[in-house]
Amino acid sequence: MAEFFAAYGVAILFYAFAAIAVGGAVMVVTMRNPMYGALSLLATFLSVAALFLLRNAEFLAVVQVFVYGGGIMVLFLFVIMLVNLHRLKESSLFGEYSFVGVVVVGLLAALFVAIFVGLGSGAPAADDAGLASIDGEAVGNVQAVAWRLYTDHLLPFEIASLFLLVAMIGAVVLGRKN
Amino acid sequence: MLAIGTTHYLVLGAILFAIGLLGILTRRNMITVLMSIELVLNSVNLNLIAFSYQLGDLTGQIFAIFTITVAAGEAAVGLGILVALFRLHNTTELDRATELRG
Repeated sequence: MAEFFAAYGVAILFYAFAAIAVGGAVMVVTMRNPMYGALSLLATFLSVAALFLLRNAEFLAVVQVFVYGGGIMVLFLFVIMLVNLHRLKESSLFGEYSFVGVVVVGLLAALFVAIFVGLGSGAPAADDAGLASIDGEAVGNVQAVAWRLYTDHLLPFEIASLFLLVAMIGAVVLGRKN
Repeated sequence: MLAIGTTHYLVLGAILFAIGLLGILTRRNMITVLMSIELVLNSVNLNLIAFSYQLGDLTGQIFAIFTITVAAGEAAVGLGILVALFRLHNTTELDRATELRG
């Protein structure tokens, strides 16, 4: 039993969470009621967080749960409850020109198939110790990410905070009653 | 045995991207379109994390943090626009927003 999980454990977890993610995504696109769509989207977000964990991205997994599963999902649910959606029942689900979208996505899927057919399963990690070390010294993934973020990528980090301020002001102005 | 490589993540990212793009291009409800945009951004993050793991380099994870930042701002502004559209037309359907049509 232990050997079985040592050999197949990661693969089983990957395929399980990938199936949940894809199923949730399909339900987002096909559900008539956006409330069900938002809850399926939550399932997708949480499975993607688990898939981040399988690739040694612990900090990103937690950020994914906090920001997507917490912040963005609450925002969506609030807005869905704020707007009155009873009129949606008699209207058609897809737009007038949705066949164009289907054609575009079909071509894109053909392109993806052409790219991925013949591609191997990909090289394993060259040195995944690099994901949890500062200058060769082994630390946690969170510490390593923080170190890189506050040294090499400090300017983009500050610009991101400015971007969030602009987005917040924009959302307040747009949502204001006048 | 049955190692999960980078290609597995790339294929999953491609599937999520295609589903999200289908939602953006075909659905009429603006809430669903915004949720599909979040799906597309999430699939991009999957690719970044997979390559970060393959190369043993943290830059992909750093970039994914910025993608999440942009996704959060986009959701806030997009839902603000949605509320404004709902106040104006009493609907969330995108093909009702025709003010700019010539």
